[in-house]
Amino acid sequence: MEIKFTINGEERTEQIKPNQRLLDLIRKDLGLLSAKEGCGKGECGACTVIMNGEPVTSCLVLAAQADGAEILTVEGLAEGDKLHPLQEAFIEAGAVQCGFCIPGCIMTAYCLLKTNSLPTRQEIRTALAGNICRCTGYQKIVDAVQLAADKMAAGGEG
Amino acid sequence: MNDLKQVNKSKKRVDAKAKVTGKAKFGADLKFANMLYGKVVRTKYPYAKIKNVDISKAEAYPGVEVVMTAKDIPNNTFGVIIQNQRVLAEDEAIYIGDGIVMLAAESKEAAEEAAKLVEIEYEELKGIHDPLESRKPDAQLVMEGTDSNQVVHHPLRKGDVETGFAEADLILEREYSTHYIEHAYLEPEAVTVVPNERQTLVSVYGSVQNPYATRDAVARVLEADLSQVRIIQDNMGGSFGGKDENISSMAARAAVMALETDRPVQMVNSREESIIESYKRHPYNLKYKVGATKEGKLTAMEIEAVADSGAYACQTPFVTWRSVVQATGPYEVPNVKTDTYGFYTNNPYTGAMRGYGSPPTCFAQESLMDELAEELGMKPDQLREKNMYRQGSHTASNQKLDNHTVSLQEVLDKAKESINYDKKYEEYSKEQTGEKKRGIGLAISYRGVSLGAEAIDTTGGIVAVQKDGSIILYCGLAENGQGLRTVFSQVVGEELGVNLDRITYMEADTSVAPESGSTVASRSTFMGGNALKKAAKNVKETMIEFAKEEYGVEGEIIFKDNALYTDSGKKIEDFSKVASDAFHSGVFLSSYGWYKAPKISWDEETGQGRPYFTYVYGCQIAEVEVDTGTGQVKVLNMAAAHDVGKAINPANVRGQIYGGVVMAVGHALMEDLGFSDGFINHTNFDEYLIPTAKDIPDIDAIIVENPDPAGPYGAKSIGEPTVELGGAAINNAIALATGERHYDLPLNLERVLIGRDLSREG
Repeated sequence: MEIKFTINGEERTEQIKPNQRLLDLIRKDLGLLSAKEGCGKGECGACTVIMNGEPVTSCLVLAAQADGAEILTVEGLAEGDKLHPLQEAFIEAGAVQCGFCIPGCIMTAYCLLKTNSLPTRQEIRTALAGNICRCTGYQKIVDAVQLAADKMAAGGEG
Repeated sequence: MNDLKQVNKSKKRVDAKAKVTGKAKFGADLKFANMLYGKVVRTKYPYAKIKNVDISKAEAYPGVEVVMTAKDIPNNTFGVIIQNQRVLAEDEAIYIGDGIVMLAAESKEAAEEAAKLVEIEYEELKGIHDPLESRKPDAQLVMEGTDSNQVVHHPLRKGDVETGFAEADLILEREYSTHYIEHAYLEPEAVTVVPNERQTLVSVYGSVQNPYATRDAVARVLEADLSQVRIIQDNMGGSFGGKDENISSMAARAAVMALETDRPVQMVNSREESIIESYKRHPYNLKYKVGATKEGKLTAMEIEAVADSGAYACQTPFVTWRSVVQATGPYEVPNVKTDTYGFYTNNPYTGAMRGYGSPPTCFAQESLMDELAEELGMKPDQLREKNMYRQGSHTASNQKLDNHTVSLQEVLDKAKESINYDKKYEEYSKEQTGEKKRGIGLAISYRGVSLGAEAIDTTGGIVAVQKDGSIILYCGLAENGQGLRTVFSQVVGEELGVNLDRITYMEADTSVAPESGSTVASRSTFMGGNALKKAAKNVKETMIEFAKEEYGVEGEIIFKDNALYTDSGKKIEDFSKVASDAFHSGVFLSSYGWYKAPKISWDEETGQGRPYFTYVYGCQIAEVEVDTGTGQVKVLNMAAAHDVGKAINPANVRGQIYGGVVMAVGHALMEDLGFSDGFINHTNFDEYLIPTAKDIPDIDAIIVENPDPAGPYGAKSIGEPTVELGGAAINNAIALATGERHYDLPLNLERVLIGRDLSREG
């Protein structure tokens, strides 16, 4: 079947199989590799992308559900060489270790900051509860989201 | 040392940008032309005779290129210490993760479908699933060709425990147990093998923790020269000790199929496959007997620790060796008798996991110290202060601790102060009303840096200054996510006065970098840092010599801010100009650096000697709230003070502490494989629960610095010490809160509520 959707601002038309997962469409067909498969069950959050403004675990979404949707992955955040404040903040706060979970964490945080521009640490922890990280103990990821919120408030971005 | 520019600074990680933009490629992101997708069919039973294997239907499935069994593998066994792990099982399966058939097809889907068509006829046998059973003399044997199930026994004898116990006013005897832990790296294992690539027989790409160990295994299985097997490791989605033998096995399988088909073969595990096949942290059964005078002086300790090795030897001999060194904890005990053992069972095999052999003994021994303090009517920290190692103390191995700073008092004081221990201890020691009760508990440890007497301990690196002044680094130690690329770049940047944006730490490539040993034992900063520092110094000397002649300068030359200066502060030339001039004058600006660890010694019969060349010290304190109505334990606060010698990158060190503490919280409170009779029932993150951001509080990470004379800039270790203390600290906090002591992990709801785990016997 054929679906039309927008990903990272680009309109696409793709032929898909009815049982194809959104994660496989993004990774294999579109070659966008930031979304990772960590569990295949929607538990770890490594495959988190934003679909119609909401974070979704793309391993649990059928590609067919993306018909007409607007999708954003980490590859779509930077504008040319200019990183998104969240990306800058994750670097500055030292929130990245192995990095496998990081694109998913950033996408979840992106949605959080859309609805809550100055979240508390506890609100950030609650929002990130679906993104498992085994390296960082989360502390600097929380720091990074706070730092990004401050940057965005100061710069009027986002 | 006062005007460090790169080292001892929280520099941004050199690989962070690639990771936040999604550009960093991990094992499963790699693609090669004409690539096949591999799959493994594993046993249905933990212990079974394999009576017949029919691969005909799988072979006939459209898109399938090759289906192979153990018979098709040139050499079916490998192992780092004892070569008894099988690439595929042939006559019998001896644990639930044993693979029996492997195949490769044009697509992942075709491989998965074909795998379902493999028909295996089994005769299920009754296995042995308890190391305390398998140690019995008449137990059935797990491993062919052995005359007992014992993998290893490490004895340690110091003084005479009978005399020591006779001198004691109080003797406590307690038994403890610890459980399987899954590494739970977020990236499941992924490997691609390309046959006949460039000049080698096979190139192996993917999530390989220890490139040289994997090279050894693949070369052994293929019966090929080491020079013909090239392992290239770039980004890895976490490992924690966990991507060694299981990756070697995966790489060997893919290599055999790649050579058979003459096409690249990629293998990627699902989470379920990863949890079922991969090795775990060893479960331990521990018996402790301790004697003390009424004043609280320890007189004797007798310890027996039995580790479950599972179906293969894997790293059991070395894991249990670390246990024997650390078993008494950081205390002066005049009389010690310790025996650590590993036994084969038909359980998942066990190997390296962050902390190695220390978390189980640390849990038992630091829980015991608290109970002893209580019995003696002393505060937990007071009993520890009375007995802990100080400068010049002798360890259980009779090693005198005098070549570095013994900083237990400092880490203890700093952790206590940070969490306000004394006040909280007093408050929580009083009668608490209501269902929710609070407690605070501490644990301290000493830990040997690097491999110790396990194996030869050497590392090499290459520093290559290019003609534009940019620098390429190679080392055989691998970036697992811990930040080694950044730390090594900082060390070389410091030596050569060059900023990090001019330095590139290359992927680990076994055909380029010198064999450096494994990226394990919290040894990388120390070993690799020293090797690369040496290489950088060599290059620096060459550049100094050149600069003196070329630019006619005399006296000392200072390398800083991407330039060379005279000792009076006058700029000579930019670093890049010197590099260019030197290159065009025919000067060689690259160097190898080779570092061999300081001398150690070990007597196998008595456990006496000098097992490690230096040690690190740590203290962690947990503050918890226990819901006595449900058994739920909430960690309210954790303070973690660790002496790292010198923090090359303080932000990275804090990251290691946060990550290690949270991992230990998971081990102590929630992680559980749902293991029964050889089967693993919790095979994904919906059942094997690890801490989420919501489950844990902010942690106070305290970096203590007492530079080690042998460390690069004084640096020692941080990765593993962070994960050995949390279990006991939390256990002790629960005991203070509830008045009830626990001896078994994990401290889940049932255990804390009713004192036993409902999901298992006993």
